[in-house]
Parts: sequence; structure tokens; C-alpha cells
Amino acid sequence: MSTPATVLVLVDHTPAGALRAPAEELCTAARAVAAAGSVEGVWVATDPDDRPGDAVLAALGALGVARVHRVTAVGADPRTSAVVAQALAELHAELHAERPARAVLLASSFENKEAAARLAVRTGAGVVTDADDLALEDGTVVTGKTVLAGTWTTRCAVRTPLAVVTLKANAVPAAPADVATEPEVLERAVEADATARAVTLVDRVERDTSGRPDLASAHVVVVGGRGTEGDFSAVEELADVLGGAVGATRVATDEGWIGHDAQIGQTGVTISPRLYIGAGVSGAVHHRGGMQASGTVIAVNNDPDAPIFEIADLGIVGDLFTVLPQAAAELRARREG
Amino acid sequence: MSRARTPPVAGGAGGSLAPVRIVVCVKHVPDIQGERSLGEDGRVVRDGGDGTLNELDENAVEAALALVEARAQEGDEVVALTVGPDDAVEAVRRALQMGAHRAVHVLDDAVAGADAVGTAQVLAAAVRRLGEEAPVDLVVTGMAGLDGLTSLLPTLLGELLGVAALPLASHLEVEGGTVTVRRDLDHATETLRAALPAVVSVTDAANDPRYPGFKQIMAARKAPVTVLSLDDLGLDPALTGAAGARTQVLLARPRPPRQDRVLVQDTGDGGARLAAFLVERGLV
Ligand SMILES: Cc1cc2nc3c(=O)[nH]c(=O)nc-3n(C[C@H](O)[C@H](O)[C@H](O)COP(=O)(O)OP(=O)(O)OC[C@H]3O[C@@H](n4cnc5c(N)ncnc54)[C@H](O)[C@@H]3O)c2cc1C
Ligand SMILES: Nc1ncnc2c1ncn2[C@@H]1O[C@H](COP(=O)(O)O)[C@@H](O)[C@H]1O
Repeated sequence: MSTPATVLVLVDHTPAGALRAPAEELCTAARAVAAAGSVEGVWVATDPDDRPGDAVLAALGALGVARVHRVTAVGADPRTSAVVAQALAELHAELHAERPARAVLLASSFENKEAAARLAVRTGAGVVTDADDLALEDGTVVTGKTVLAGTWTTRCAVRTPLAVVTLKANAVPAAPADVATEPEVLERAVEADATARAVTLVDRVERDTSGRPDLASAHVVVVGGRGTEGDFSAVEELADVLGGAVGATRVATDEGWIGHDAQIGQTGVTISPRLYIGAGVSGAVHHRGGMQASGTVIAVNNDPDAPIFEIADLGIVGDLFTVLPQAAAELRARREG
Repeated sequence: MSRARTPPVAGGAGGSLAPVRIVVCVKHVPDIQGERSLGEDGRVVRDGGDGTLNELDENAVEAALALVEARAQEGDEVVALTVGPDDAVEAVRRALQMGAHRAVHVLDDAVAGADAVGTAQVLAAAVRRLGEEAPVDLVVTGMAGLDGLTSLLPTLLGELLGVAALPLASHLEVEGGTVTVRRDLDHATETLRAALPAVVSVTDAANDPRYPGFKQIMAARKAPVTVLSLDDLGLDPALTGAAGARTQVLLARPRPPRQDRVLVQDTGDGGARLAAFLVERGLV
């Protein structure tokens, strides 16, 4: 039997205070690992007005979050990973005295991986990044992870009492808790330590979103490559009909056809949506590394020998400028008809 | 790694500047264009003979060389550092070919099976050792190892060395004893700054790595490589490698290829077929 434990969840949110998509999945995974213990949210406030609102607290309550620790920082910018790590380390130490803390869960992003690395050094925890499964087996945290460009599956046990895990979006299906809670908000000020003060955030420019879902956590992603020749309208149209996000290959971002943040792949964003549609994408290994773990893969390419067809559930050999608009029109007609 | 004076790494500045030392961490990984696999123990198979320098580390070497070249100061040094089995020497050789001045290879059977934290501990000890000879101003790494893709290492290294870590620089500037990086994150673009010494990682957008010529390749073949063991670094083998790993791979298996793949030629109804497929699979 596994003893109930505390699990901390870093609650990513937008500058406007809305939950970022994987929060539900993280809290669901956290409940399983807490084994009837408590799931506690950590809300790092980026400015004095940044606090979880009623809607956020209701959403977290539905997910079974017992408390939300709202962290403010003194002496360093709260948007730096060292401050986030320090806050999590301090909370971990304090809560551990009440009840053993078993895990700290974060959504997989470059920023959160930095916080995870720092936390591992500060707490002696084992760290797993980009996990796509999370379970408690005989009291041990066990993670699943897809590696080598999505070609291998591994299971990995964390041998330390505390596990720090970053979880990929779309990996664990979100589900409400059996019993909803009314999370209490606890205020905590963190006095930045020397490491946290060592880095100055000179500026941070938030990118305005397109109104489309967030690329990293979207359920549907339509990707355009060199084959678009810079015209993303067909890709965008299909993405919008499907309520999906728009992604790109590095060729497309390097050409400046779309922002760098849209790049999918080994050196861009790693995605595993339920549905990936690639148009004018050859399927180079660097690109596959960031999308091969997707649920269903569809490719549209006019070259029957394009490597992406090797990993596509459905491959259509054709011109993306006719295939995509036809698909979009068909789906729209079905919806209206 | 600490130093009392302010290390001026300013580009092109004249006058008598103290020499600058940059350590660049390079990793030998299985070629991603080849067949890669995991062994029974869940470790990446590293004896396939078709390994290469992690291509993202070429950007790290390029960044380090560019900083030193911009100063054109006598005595500046770029030291390439790797931790890994016998083959890993190829990674530092590649760095030497590109123009690194020195190479250090930490080679010890007890390192095998180390996880990210274990590897970082070894690299940190090696950087400290180099810092005892003469101060190290900057450590540069690649943005990720294309084998594990954890991207944890630069931050771990900064924490372990007790210096600032600034990962994912797409633009890097060192001037007047401070380092400034610009980086693109999922939702924002940031500029970070810290005093040296520091650890940075650079992305593949930071620069275009040079391609060594025949002369450099020949010269690097004969260049000495310093080999260090865990004992040389004063590290306890029980705390690194598989024995000290905080995570343990329980199972590794190849993912089965996708079943029932369909490839169709568009004969005028390709878009309609795409839509029908989505409906059939319940994806709309
Ligand atoms: C260190 C490193 C890291 C990298 N990281 C990444 C990464 O993270 N992400 C990434 O994507 N790439 C990355 N790359 C680049 C990668 O190797 C490929 O060059 C890139 O993915 C190719 O992009 P593409 O598929 O758009 O272009 P191409 O390979 O040129 O393919 C274009 C495809 O479009 C098809 N096409 C053309 N016209 C049409 C049409 N009208 N209709 C339908 N199909 C058409 C062609 O048949 C072709 O298959 C990296 C490279 C390196 C060296
Ligand atoms: N064994 C190693 N030896 C030297 N450098 C390494 C090693 N492992 C990782 N690195 C460096 O750390 C970077 C990030 O690697 P990783 O955190 O493993 O994705 C790489 O690009 C290398 O510069």
C-alpha cells in the first residue's frame, strides 16, 4: 500500500491569470501519485495583481486541489527559473514536515525544465523530463517516456524519495476529482537567494497569441513546410476548421514565413497532439523527433517517396493547395449540413 | 570557477586584457540519421561505431571560438570537455578540428549509466579542476543532446557550480564581465544578463558552425587529449554512474510501427478523403 503523500503542481498561467492548458492533466496525474494525500498548487505571481481568480479556483477545486500557494518574490524577478525553483524547494521542505512530499509536477516547457533541473540539485530529487505517463508502483514514482525521436518507449523509476517530473501535454487524460474541493489560497513571500539574484531578467516580451490554441498543448496541429512556399493560408484554414494550432518546419521558420515559436521538432516545440497534419513537410528526422509521438498522423505531400509517409496513418500524394482547401470545405459543409 | 577580478571578454577591445578561458561541453551521440537503439539496460547503445559529435554542440564550439576570436588576445583559450566512453574522444577531436585549443576527456567505467544529474556532477568537477589551473570565465554547452533531449545539463551545471545559468541563447554577447543572452521561449522572448563566470547554452539559431579544412583535421589528429578519471577528479564512483543514478530505466522497447497505414494518390477527391478519414476516426 502506498501512503498518502503531498504532490506539488506548478500552475502555469497566462499574464492575464488564465490557466494554461495542461493544468488539468497535471492535477489529474498528481492525484494518482498523491494516493489520497493532497495535491497542492503553486501559483507564482508575476506581479502584485496576479492571483488565482474565482474561476481558476473553481477549476482547480474540481480537479481536487487542496490548497494553492501563491508565491511572491522579493529581490529577483519571479519569472526566472531560479525563483520558481527556490519557491518549490522551500514549499517542499515545509510541507514535508506535515506529510511526506512525493513529487513535484510541472508542464514540459523549456522554462519548466530549467526549474526542474534547479529543484533536483536543491532537493536531491531524481528528475524526469517530457514524461508521457505517470504512475505510483509500490510507492515508487514510475514515468513513461518516448525517446529517440519517438521510436522507443521507456519506463523509468525515480529512486529518490522526491520525484521532479515534467509532463508532456496530451499524455494523461484530464478527469475531475471524485470529490471537488474549495482550495484555500496561502500567501508566501520568497526572499531571493544568491543564485536567484545572479540572473537579471532585462526584458520579457510576451507573444500575443493568434487566438488559436497553444501549440504545445493543442489537440490538433496542422503543420506547413517548404511545400507551402510561404503561403500558409491553406494550412491556417484547415487548422481553424479543426480548432487546431498552426505549426511549421524549420525551413518555414528560417524563411520567416511564420514565427520561430511555431517550429516543431528536435530544436523546436515537441508536440503529441491527438491529430497531426503535415502539409508540404518531408519528414526529416529533426522534425520527426518533435512530432512522432502524435496520435494520428496525416501527411499531404506531392512526392510519393517523402519519408513522412513512413510514419503517416493516412498519406495523400497530392498538392497541398488543392487537398487542404477541399478538406476544409468538406468539413465545414458537414458541420453546417 | 570563481575569480576575483572582472574578466573583460569584450569583443575587439584593445589594451592589456586578462586572458579569457571558455570551457565548451561537447557530447558524442549516436548519429540521428542512423538506426538508434536502447540496450536491455535502457541505455543508449553507444558502440555502433557510427557516433558523431552532437550536432548542436557544434554551435557551442562556434560560439566559444567566435567570442575568443573577436578579442584577438594572446593567451585566450577554448577548452573542449567531454564525459563519455572511449568513442567520446571523437567529440573533442571535432572541437579541436574546429579550432579549440585544448581537449579534456573524462573517461571512467564508473560513469556508465549516469543520469543527467550524474553527468552534470562529473562535468562540474572537471570544470572546477580546470578552474584550479586558471580561472574559467564561461562554460558554453549545446541546447540539447540529440540522444536524450533533456536539455537539463546547462542548468544543472550552473546550479552545481554555483554560478548563473542562461540556457537557450539564440544571441550571445559578452562584454565588461557580463554575459547577455536573448532567447525564445514558448510564450515569450527574453533577454537575460549575469556577471561572469556563468554557464550558457546556445541554440542552433545562434550561429553557423564552421567547417574545418583538411589542415585543421590533420592537426587535430595529433593534438593531445587530457584523459581524467573520476579518481583524478576526486569523485566517489558510488555517487555517479548507474550506482548513483537517481532514475532507473525499467524497460525499453521499440515502438511498433503504425498499423494499417494508408497511402492514396489524389485523383481529385484527396481533400474529401482526408475529411472522411477524420470523421471515421472520430477526430472531428
Ligand atoms: C541541428 C538541426 C536541427 C534541426 N531542427 C529542426 C526542427 O526542430 N524542426 C524541423 O522541422 N527541422 C529541423 N531541422 C531541419 C530539418 O533537417 C529539415 O531540413 C526540415 O525539417 C525540412 O523542412 P521541410 O519538410 O519543410 O522541407 P523539405 O525537406 O524541403 O520538404 C518539403 C516537402 O514539401 C513537398 N512539397 C513541395 N511542394 C508541395 C506541394 N505543393 N504540395 C505538397 N507537397 C509539396 C516536397 O515534396 C517535400 O517533401 C534541423 C536541422 C538541423 C541540422
Ligand atoms: N557527457 C557529456 N559530455 C559533455 N557535454 C555534455 C554531455 N552531456 C551533455 N553535454 C552538454 O550539455 C548539452 C545539453 O545536453 P542534455 O542536457 O543532455 O540535453 C549538450 O549539448 C552538451 O553541450
